[in-house]
Amino acid sequence: MKAHVYKRDHINTDEIIPARYLNMDQEVDLAKHAMEDLDIDFIKNVELGDAIIAGRNFGCGSSREHAVWALRGAGIRAVIADSFARIFYRNCINNGFLAIECKGVSEKIKSGSEIKIDLKKGEILDLNTGNTYHFAPLPEFAQKILNAGGLLNLVKKKML
Amino acid sequence: MSQTITEKILAKHCGKDEVKPGELINAKLDLVMCHDVTTTPAIDMLREYDINAVFNPDKIVIMPDHFVPNKDIKSAEMVRKIRLWAKEMGIEAFYELGRHGVCHALLPEQGHVRPGMTIVGADSHTCTHGALGAFSTGIGSTDLAASLATGELWFKVPESILFIINGNLFKGVYAKDIILEIIRQIGVDGAMYKTMEFRGDIIDDLSIEARMTITNMAIEAGAKSGIIAADQKTVDYVRNRTDVAFEIIKSDKNAHYDKVIEIDVSHLEPMVAFPHLPSNGKAISSIETIPVDQAYIGSCTNGRIEDLRIAAEIMQGKHIAKGTRCIVIPATTEIWKQANKEGLLDIFMDAGATVSSPTCGACLGGHMGVIASGERCISTTNRNFVGRMGSPESEVYLASPATVAVSALAGVICDPRDQ
Ligand code: SF4
Repeated sequence: MKAHVYKRDHINTDEIIPARYLNMDQEVDLAKHAMEDLDIDFIKNVELGDAIIAGRNFGCGSSREHAVWALRGAGIRAVIADSFARIFYRNCINNGFLAIECKGVSEKIKSGSEIKIDLKKGEILDLNTGNTYHFAPLPEFAQKILNAGGLLNLVKKKML
Repeated sequence: MSQTITEKILAKHCGKDEVKPGELINAKLDLVMCHDVTTTPAIDMLREYDINAVFNPDKIVIMPDHFVPNKDIKSAEMVRKIRLWAKEMGIEAFYELGRHGVCHALLPEQGHVRPGMTIVGADSHTCTHGALGAFSTGIGSTDLAASLATGELWFKVPESILFIINGNLFKGVYAKDIILEIIRQIGVDGAMYKTMEFRGDIIDDLSIEARMTITNMAIEAGAKSGIIAADQKTVDYVRNRTDVAFEIIKSDKNAHYDKVIEIDVSHLEPMVAFPHLPSNGKAISSIETIPVDQAYIGSCTNGRIEDLRIAAEIMQGKHIAKGTRCIVIPATTEIWKQANKEGLLDIFMDAGATVSSPTCGACLGGHMGVIASGERCISTTNRNFVGRMGSPESEVYLASPATVAVSALAGVICDPRDQ
């Protein structure tokens, strides 16, 4: 997976998917405008299976889950950040979308680098430099939701 | 064990005597709030999972607000879908156009919020309702779908930070200035995942509406919720709106706080948060001359009747500066009617402002005053992120209704204390 690195803190959901597109809620429609107000070229450069790497408090601001869908729809498979804003983080988990907390990587990995994420080992491998970075495994409850394929699968199971 | 108000409310709603920060719980929800933008995806999810009933239609409130009156065909379709679904589910509390308003102003106004409740809403500023002594937090659409289906939701019990606000608040300085100062001090992730509990003489003195301005912006410091224990003012406010019973819960004396931050506001000046973060607050005396193209008075932060009274008092008999536009948006229908009765709308319009029907409007760059590239807006709203009110090349400055009103008259950002 290719890394799209933004050396910035507080990338907010208004930048990830601007409100002017919130009259739509389908992933394919939202994906066309992912990261538009932050990086107009993002959508041209992104490929299926890529990752975003950023600084602190990624996904702060509005609770719009559209931010997760826009990124996923654009092909992003994981976001790696120093920290995540709470609602965005919940939205990721609930969607079975990977949000990995790993401090300082946006300073170390270069944009465009090929990286590999090993969830079991809790490792990010930078294939360009051979460096590895460690992250704490996802919390157990998050793992449970991820394994179930999202929160609603769990809810449905419970309701049956 | 001693507990905070938040821990006590959460413990009660998961059937335990006590909970500890970091503990994962499933809490029963007393109220689930939906609006026009985040609800249609939840409805689609419920249908996809073949979930055809909600946990309790009486505990669900729907208030289309972001793009109402519907700004285009797509938003009209969204509201239509929600309206039909609400009917199918038997949800009575659907605030149709004509009774509508911005969700966080409308919910407490209509008596849906009471002390001690657990509330979730598919909107980040749902933390507002903590001003009435409830645990209230924002969620996304999947959480909303789960909440609608089961009436429960998983939470990690948050640590609490206690803010004790004391001193004397001088004329021209308001609740908005206090919260902008707090966010300036701790940063936009200063309370991440935590609860901000507010207390102190100043908080006691503030009206319920002003308290809501403070809890409204807890999310701008990354907090899960903001909370102020109920007092007699809260009881009176709630009693004027509903007969439903409630319980007042307070933090124990020796409750544990992650941090205690004391702030003396005696020297606090009116604050202006510069682009592009709510934490970029500056004291008004320290800023250079900044011309503004637009002044915006409204939103769930500062679109309530007290805010409009403050702005109208300043604008009475005066005129908006040439080259500056001013938009006033009463946050709810009731506020609109009250402002009209008191002659405030006339004052605004005589001053050259325009008054819109209640809506989130341009607060999130939806409609009703979106700004162009290179334009600058001073606003009573809560976010000044890049592109928040329109073009990604525009700028938003956050301030109190008084500061926005004097700035509208002057055409540059001004100090309301000079009035
Ligand atoms: S007024 Fe603004 S901040 Fe408040 S709910 Fe509406 S869009 Fe969100």
